[in-house]
Amino acid sequence: MSDPNSTQRVAAEDVRRVAELAYLELTPEEETRMGRDLNAILGYIAQLNELDTSRVEPMAQVAEVLGNQPGSPRADAPHPSLPREAVMVAAPETDGVFFKVPKVIER
Amino acid sequence: MTKTDTALPSIPEIRAALTSRKAAATEAAQACFSRIDADDPTIHAYLALDREGALKRAGEIDSAAAKGEALPALAGVPIGIKDVLTQQGLPATAGSKILEGYRPPYTATAVRRLADAGAVLLGKLNCDEFAMGSSNENSAYGPVRNPRATDRVPGGSSGGSAAAVAARMAVATLGTDTGGSIRQPASFCGVVGVLPTYGRVSRYGLIAFASSLDRIGPFAANVRDAATVLGVIAGHDPMDATSSNEPVPDYTANLDAGVRRLRLGVPAEYFAEGLDPEVRQAVEAAIEQLRAAGAEIKPISLPHTRYAVPTYYVIATAEASANLARFDGVRYGYRAPDSNTLSAMYRRSREGGFGPEVKRRILLGTYVLSAGYYDAYYKKAQQVRRLLTNDFLTAFEQVDAILTPTAPTPAFKLGEKADDPMAMYLADIYTVTASLAGICGLSVPCGESREGLPIGLQILGKHFDESTVFRVGQAVENSQK
Repeated sequence: MSDPNSTQRVAAEDVRRVAELAYLELTPEEETRMGRDLNAILGYIAQLNELDTSRVEPMAQVAEVLGNQPGSPRADAPHPSLPREAVMVAAPETDGVFFKVPKVIER
Repeated sequence: MTKTDTALPSIPEIRAALTSRKAAATEAAQACFSRIDADDPTIHAYLALDREGALKRAGEIDSAAAKGEALPALAGVPIGIKDVLTQQGLPATAGSKILEGYRPPYTATAVRRLADAGAVLLGKLNCDEFAMGSSNENSAYGPVRNPRATDRVPGGSSGGSAAAVAARMAVATLGTDTGGSIRQPASFCGVVGVLPTYGRVSRYGLIAFASSLDRIGPFAANVRDAATVLGVIAGHDPMDATSSNEPVPDYTANLDAGVRRLRLGVPAEYFAEGLDPEVRQAVEAAIEQLRAAGAEIKPISLPHTRYAVPTYYVIATAEASANLARFDGVRYGYRAPDSNTLSAMYRRSREGGFGPEVKRRILLGTYVLSAGYYDAYYKKAQQVRRLLTNDFLTAFEQVDAILTPTAPTPAFKLGEKADDPMAMYLADIYTVTASLAGICGLSVPCGESREGLPIGLQILGKHFDESTVFRVGQAVENSQK
């Protein structure tokens, strides 16, 4: 794991690892370019370390700071969803009932 | 480049015309299509047009008007929709190849509300891919050009939405704003663009980028039209649990109340290094005019402002990496051919379908959320987000609204920042703060550079206080006449 305060934060192997996690298959040129860009951006982001946030609660979303909460959840009652045909028409490969995909189990 | 200087009618003018003469809705729609035919080959604001549907709808409105039927709020108003919102029957690309040819089976709530209010929907508007960008150069379908200077960008990501209004190819449009994507292009194109409070407008049917930040809002040629459109699309929706129950006021009711005795804050941090001198001059002149109109101008401080862009790029990319995981070639959109396994199909479909900026943000977002980095980046950014929000909450104890430049510069040239992601991200330096805090705001034109490029004033308001923001915006607009 790299040190968040060094300037070279992301090595080529980190870019490959993250690309794998994100299901992206980068070309060698993309890998170089992305590594350079990520280092520049993470270097810029590192300035957040100037702030002492040890006593600050993380804020995930805005509703928690508003006096008025978002609308209450809708009633837990079944209602019709989109018709299957309307959805399946957009599928790259389908038998009309299921989405078809290549082999799932790899050996 | 413009063929004529005829302005399109405003929303009240369309309303008046509907009761006074035949075919006013059809006329307004035709006027937009004429401009589109003449100028959009250059501007490239629209990705899809619904000429037939629009003229049919306009005809229905005209018949209803002829029969003396009651007309809904946006009867006959021609409106364009950013292509990240779904409208059944039309494509929804989000500016990405991965959704090329996709036709969503349902309509977004905001779009549905426009249609129900009698709007004539013209088509879908170009934008940066998945709303990621500040120049519209990240669209997989080619950039939009700024109607005010075609060698310049229109801003982004809602570049098509801003350009369509500026080029009079629509009376109003919908855009989305995650870090500035409505306000910055409004500033660059010389139109009004509104960032409603987080939760004010339902996002059902919006192709998500960063769910704790994404908002839908209107563009228009003037403050009153923008306020009218927001009034139609705002309000709770059972299909979006983040939409608020807060009642929707009549945003046009107080527009002409003036700014006398309003306390308007001017944060020093927004006038520091990096602000173009001509932008500074125009914004300061607008502030002086508000003072002359009776507002009390107060210097304020928003001390954590300089940390907003890094905070934003952690939070927005983290959320994007999760939201964009759904594009995998299984249910809709692009699937790479001839993959032997499911995981190869995922990887190759995403590799072939996403453009470079989207990949960059997915990688950054995945990185900051990955094991070992979560606390250092993601949690840290969420903590700074609270500090930035508290800056605003403290300021709003002393002022009713805040005035800043919308963008540090007027519109830049196409290609100028395209190879430097950091330079591009800094175009959002004055807009990401309100995005993180969830407060409302708008950009209103407040002058021009010597070259004739528009300059925008940003007005920021308290949560759910759009009315005050519109009221100040109207005063600025009046002072420009």
